[in-house]
Amino acid sequence: MSDERVNADDIDVNRRKILTVATAATGAVGVAFTLVPFLASWKPSERARALGAPLEIDVSKLEPGQMITQIWRKQPIYVVRRTPESVAKLGGVTPNLKDPNSEASDQPSYVKNAIRSLKPEILVLYAACTHLGCLPKQYFTVADPEMGADWPGGFFCPCHGSRFDLAGRVFNGSPASANLRVPPHKFDSDSLLVIGVDAVQGAA
Amino acid sequence: MGAVSDTAAKTGFRVWLNKRLPVDEFVDSQLIGYFAPKNLNIWYFFGALALLVFIIQIFSGIFLTMHYKPSELEAFDSVEYIMREVEFGWLIRYMHSTGASFFFIVVYLHMFRAMIYGSYRAPRELLWILGMLLYLALMAEAFLGYVLPWGNMSYWGAQVIVNLFGTIPVIGPGVVEWIRGDYGIADSTLNRFFALHVIALPFAIAFLVLMHLVALRQTGSNNPDGIEIKEKLGANGNPIDGIPFHPYYTVKDTVGVGVFLVFFCGVIFFAPTVGGLFIEKPNFEPANALSTPEHIAPVWYFTAFFAMLRAVPDQQLGALLTLLAIVVLFFLPWLDRSPVKSIRYKGILSKIALTLFVIAFVVLSYLGLQPVNDLYVILARIFTAVYFAFFLLMPWYTRIEQYKPAPERVTYHA
Repeated sequence: MSDERVNADDIDVNRRKILTVATAATGAVGVAFTLVPFLASWKPSERARALGAPLEIDVSKLEPGQMITQIWRKQPIYVVRRTPESVAKLGGVTPNLKDPNSEASDQPSYVKNAIRSLKPEILVLYAACTHLGCLPKQYFTVADPEMGADWPGGFFCPCHGSRFDLAGRVFNGSPASANLRVPPHKFDSDSLLVIGVDAVQGAA
Repeated sequence: MGAVSDTAAKTGFRVWLNKRLPVDEFVDSQLIGYFAPKNLNIWYFFGALALLVFIIQIFSGIFLTMHYKPSELEAFDSVEYIMREVEFGWLIRYMHSTGASFFFIVVYLHMFRAMIYGSYRAPRELLWILGMLLYLALMAEAFLGYVLPWGNMSYWGAQVIVNLFGTIPVIGPGVVEWIRGDYGIADSTLNRFFALHVIALPFAIAFLVLMHLVALRQTGSNNPDGIEIKEKLGANGNPIDGIPFHPYYTVKDTVGVGVFLVFFCGVIFFAPTVGGLFIEKPNFEPANALSTPEHIAPVWYFTAFFAMLRAVPDQQLGALLTLLAIVVLFFLPWLDRSPVKSIRYKGILSKIALTLFVIAFVVLSYLGLQPVNDLYVILARIFTAVYFAFFLLMPWYTRIEQYKPAPERVTYHA
């Protein structure tokens, strides 16, 4: 190598700038790719996904007006057998509901009806308030003294006071904006409810 | 600049050491040569106290990790084991849980100090923003730590806070699942919260504390008169109204530390839960996905924001408003248009506004602790409006009010 110093005038500044930017950009792409495995490691693991397999529930022993709570994918699920009278009444309280037709709510298409169920009497819901995920409590008694004379029966969330009817539809004045979510489910027979599988193939 | 320690008195080892590590140079230039205003009052204790609590939390926290088990099945029992069977485990755990609340007490007082004396104003905007980032990191750290004992309030608190991310449009539900690592708050969630609580956030906080101190050293402390002591230099080039940080303020802070520890130990020994305020009652039951506590409320230091969240009848807007309540604090340096910094010289409107702001924050904090009812929701809405009005009307009321001119020199009565 020669001892001669490079003359400052001979330096191609533009070329240097382009090379610096190109090197930095390549490095940034590399960093971005390196982040992928770390970020992806936070997703549910294979084990968590396997444990989230469909759940079978026998609903034949469920009395009218009775509710059971089951866990599917770490989330409590409410299964209610509504009385025929309460199902018949579900159309009557529509004006007080935020989303009576479940337009802005999250449920499979096959239960997007007024009673929000496959079978009229069996209601299946995620037991998580659509506000911030607390467990709504059952207040099935009509005109329950705690809920007031015009209470038609339904759910009340003790955390922030959201109220839902017996189809999980949210009442006006609740902090929750959407109706209680309905998990994917189907009936394998009259009494065998399967949670985690859609009743209609390809339904959202 | 500044008093320089006597080089002649240095023994052989100090000479050897200082050639390799500039200990004396650091002390001379950063502690003895750092001139702080001579009129700093009691409000100026809380920065140093926040650093003390941070050290207490790190130290007690390290010892808790030696006995704690971050797993769904063992977490709750391991905390009970610490409380009942580990020698002095109860003391170490109560130091840590009490330290969390005291951290927020001193930080809130420290922030209030900045608000009354205009310490966020130019040239200290970045100092304020670094402080706000510290506050955010502290909130995250406190939340993650509260989940670890895996009591029922830990579990449901985590449920509520993690679900706040679900209100983000489009990607919300995916983000929530990603944070939890499962279809609900689970072992994976607890495990990663533990990692963030004991490694990631403490590092981030330590780094931000360092940046906060470097920025403070650059601008110098503000003072109760809100004037710059650097503008009045003596013949030796040092501020006339400044005194060396060491030994004057190091010694003064030591007194503050003594008084602080009386209160701190008082709580640890006589009322570690403060009647459910520092450690909530439902957290003495293990986490249970099938039983929501009667009334979910965060610990007292978050309840003002929680009251705002509940006051809005729409979850997305509620989450957004709560976020804005914190974000708006970042803009404080640019919202205040008063020609003077300190409340001592500001006009009556600023004084009324600040008083209302404090009342709003205290009332919201109280409401957030209480179960919801119709009256409280209305009150929460009114005081949320007051909270935001304090900030959003600030450019207006700080400009039109009658102010008193700030003095040339700091007010000081020996």
